[in-house]
Amino acid sequence: MQLTGSLFSSLNAILGHEISTLPDFPAEIRAPQGTLGGVSGFQIELGSEVYTPGDKADVIVAMNAAALKVCTLGSHFNHPQAQFDDQFSLYHRHAIVIVDTDSLSDKDLEKAQYHTSNPFEELGIPESVQIVPVALTTLTKEALKDSEMDNKSILKCRNMFAFGLICWLFDEPMDEAIHLLEDKFKKKPALIAPNTKVMVDGYNYGQNLALSVNQLRLDPSGDSQLAAGRYTSIAGNKATAWGLIAAAEKAGKHLFLGSYPITPATDIMHELAARKDMNVMVVQAEDEIAGVCTAIGAAFAGDLACTSTSGPGLSLKSEAVGLAVMAELPLVVIDVQRGGPSTGLPTKTEQTDLLQALYGRNGECPAVVLAASSSANCFDYAYEACRLALENMTPVILMTDTYLANGTALWRIPQLAELPAIKPQSVPEDLKGRFNPALRDERGVRYWSFPGMEGYQHRNMGLERDARKGTISTNPENHEQMVLARKHKIEQIADQIPALQVQGNAASDTLLVGWGSTEGHLHAAANELNCALAQFNYIHPLPKNTAEVLRAYKRIIVCELNTGQFAAYLRAQVPGIELEQYNEIQGQPFAVERIVNFVRGIKN
Amino acid sequence: MEASEFKSDQYVRFCPGCGDHAICMALQKAMAQIGIAPHNVAVISGIGCSSRMPHYLNTYGFNTIHGRGGAVATGVKTSHPELTVWQMSGDGDCLAIGGNHFIHEIRRNVDLNVCMFNNRIYGLTKGQYSPTSPKGFVSKSSPFGTVERPFIPAELVLGARGTFFARTLDVDMPTTVDCMVAAQQHKGCSIVECLVNCVIFNNGTHAWIADREQRAEHSIVLKHGEKMIFGANKDKGLAVEIDPQTFVPRIMVVAADDPRVLTHDAHQQDPTLHRLLALMGQERFTDVSDQTFATELPVALGVIRDVEAETYDVAVSQQIANIREKSKAKTFDELTATLESWQR
Repeated sequence: MQLTGSLFSSLNAILGHEISTLPDFPAEIRAPQGTLGGVSGFQIELGSEVYTPGDKADVIVAMNAAALKVCTLGSHFNHPQAQFDDQFSLYHRHAIVIVDTDSLSDKDLEKAQYHTSNPFEELGIPESVQIVPVALTTLTKEALKDSEMDNKSILKCRNMFAFGLICWLFDEPMDEAIHLLEDKFKKKPALIAPNTKVMVDGYNYGQNLALSVNQLRLDPSGDSQLAAGRYTSIAGNKATAWGLIAAAEKAGKHLFLGSYPITPATDIMHELAARKDMNVMVVQAEDEIAGVCTAIGAAFAGDLACTSTSGPGLSLKSEAVGLAVMAELPLVVIDVQRGGPSTGLPTKTEQTDLLQALYGRNGECPAVVLAASSSANCFDYAYEACRLALENMTPVILMTDTYLANGTALWRIPQLAELPAIKPQSVPEDLKGRFNPALRDERGVRYWSFPGMEGYQHRNMGLERDARKGTISTNPENHEQMVLARKHKIEQIADQIPALQVQGNAASDTLLVGWGSTEGHLHAAANELNCALAQFNYIHPLPKNTAEVLRAYKRIIVCELNTGQFAAYLRAQVPGIELEQYNEIQGQPFAVERIVNFVRGIKN
Repeated sequence: MEASEFKSDQYVRFCPGCGDHAICMALQKAMAQIGIAPHNVAVISGIGCSSRMPHYLNTYGFNTIHGRGGAVATGVKTSHPELTVWQMSGDGDCLAIGGNHFIHEIRRNVDLNVCMFNNRIYGLTKGQYSPTSPKGFVSKSSPFGTVERPFIPAELVLGARGTFFARTLDVDMPTTVDCMVAAQQHKGCSIVECLVNCVIFNNGTHAWIADREQRAEHSIVLKHGEKMIFGANKDKGLAVEIDPQTFVPRIMVVAADDPRVLTHDAHQQDPTLHRLLALMGQERFTDVSDQTFATELPVALGVIRDVEAETYDVAVSQQIANIREKSKAKTFDELTATLESWQR
């Protein structure tokens, strides 16, 4: 189903529709099919002015009885007597529900814990819902009856029948879809013909049998506010990887990634490992610590060095990130947050690593913290993380999360020339022969020299260094001076970042505040509430006008997918400010409706 | 080049009488003999007495965090194979907290020169037992003696498919310099186990071979292509026999003129004999309660194993170069031009 979803989103991006997607799958690779725990879903919103993957679906494709139950009951699917409910159902009461009737046998129903033989009645699906029963399995077999494929391979093409059917439903051109399939299977050409056949049959099934539902038509984003340029769909992890690639080329640096596989960050490593054509070096290290430490080694040797991970990995890397703070080396750490603590919910989204990123190290150990806020702008903030790291000789932690990483969005493809300049902090030539690693420029940023450069040899370390000579020092005043120098170095970065912009109705007296991946949901909520929104991408340091913006509003509601980490941070940074909090910690993105209800004082 | 060109301006702060002084001097001599300019050399370390070494060398140096020197060094060498990279580490840094990085740098065969200072004690934290302390060893953290079995470093190296292993002794300067030069010449991960004395917390730990009067009888310096002969009077040799019952090969001492005396072949790919040689006399260092030894085998010093294999750093760069040569898109703009897209 993930394949069908990603094909459908790519198709829509090529057709010029805005998209936002939410793949949602179990942590198990081959979770038992047909059971409630094994349902793998892919949610997509498309059209124009798309900010989120949507709260409730207009169209549902249920490939089996378990999927039908989970979509109908939402988080209540495990309650024995639960029925369709406007609040919990994943679709609304005028939705179209396409169901594979071949997957509703008694055995299927039993597996999905139905008690009767009529799933629709048992689930209490209202009559306003248009149920479209389609014998997907039979029709797929029929479509491929002349092929020489075995039964198992034929059944794998079932998703393509559904894909064709949705293409018909949304009136999307088959030639583009065929082109996309050819591209998808170009490494397995034998699969192109059967998959295309099944998809086209699915499309024709909708058209010829004139399914008794109305086609839905999307307006291309023609009159939306999209800037001119080339657009494609991109997943957050891939956008992150490409941001690093672009930054390395712009900075004239060799890109190095040291990493260890961890859900949901691994696709960043996959993408970079495949980009040897872009001169990217990837070391799949023996553990998370070695991932960051090999990167620190590469940074010491003069590269743009990065490491990618998720929360548990960030915990393991803490000491090494502290080393990079102390050694004042550029390093980009990408934390694709997932549900925690510990192993937590590996495939679900959450914003619970913020305080870890800010404070999770020994000693006074400030680093830059950024957060991307859409799958597409993962590119921009990965690029920005590199820029700030290279120009300020500091680790930068970039926060994304499962939702951004796996979701896709429409991305305007930039040219390298239009991206901001990156000027790594190189060492002036007049320091040759008298260089030491404590020498700083007028901003307080130390200079970068690395092995191979004659006359700049030095010893770097995690030990405290003398503020003048750069050698080991345990002097009390010197230590305080150095702690403050490192703190100042991070704080002066506020001069290099844009001011906080207020979105929505800035004149309202209510301000929603969010950070990172919740931007789409909060934007939609602010639109509906006709209130203002301040969404933060720069967490540490904060934009310089933060206090000024916040103090202009009577009612401020900080919305985040944790118990209030950013709110706590803001209270410390903007003394005396009064903040309300709206928090959800369910491993899922916000639902716009629930935020709106909260602000309006309606009980959810 | 002169050894003095590799000395930094820092006062050497090892304890008076510490074996690390000798290793530091040997390293400076070896670097001069190798002749690579200091700015093309990076010396990476973790934490511990041995890890202070970079501060005393006029090369690029990085004194990192406990146990992670190997991982940082892997990053330096892999990203920049043109550099000469040394790693300074101790028995705690390398075999306890950094054990994972140690076996993986060896497995990958990263072209590093690793000096592993083995004094069988934690010195900088003031006297706790280490993974190479013999069973029963009394220390501050084992007041009643340890109950742990120690590592024999050579076994770890060979178990991780190591391509180079040498062992040397702080008081044997010529062998130490030779081992370091050989480590640099070897393309791959070279492990030099430096047996050093901790004069404060574990004085005399290597006395069995370090004492001048005993050394010739209790140790043998192996040299590739030379017969394995030792003893104060050069009257003993080493031979190998296979036990007819168990088929286990073992090394034995024979007369120097015995035709069975082995000639050292450090380049032999099969590690069987290297392992037997490296284990000679090691039982003395694995259990303090059992000092009655069945064998009279000497401790092997010098380069025990030195075999060729592809190095990780070169392979990584080579793969990138090969793919880049064939690829059409080489820049970001060329890459994005290949994307399916929609124009507005």
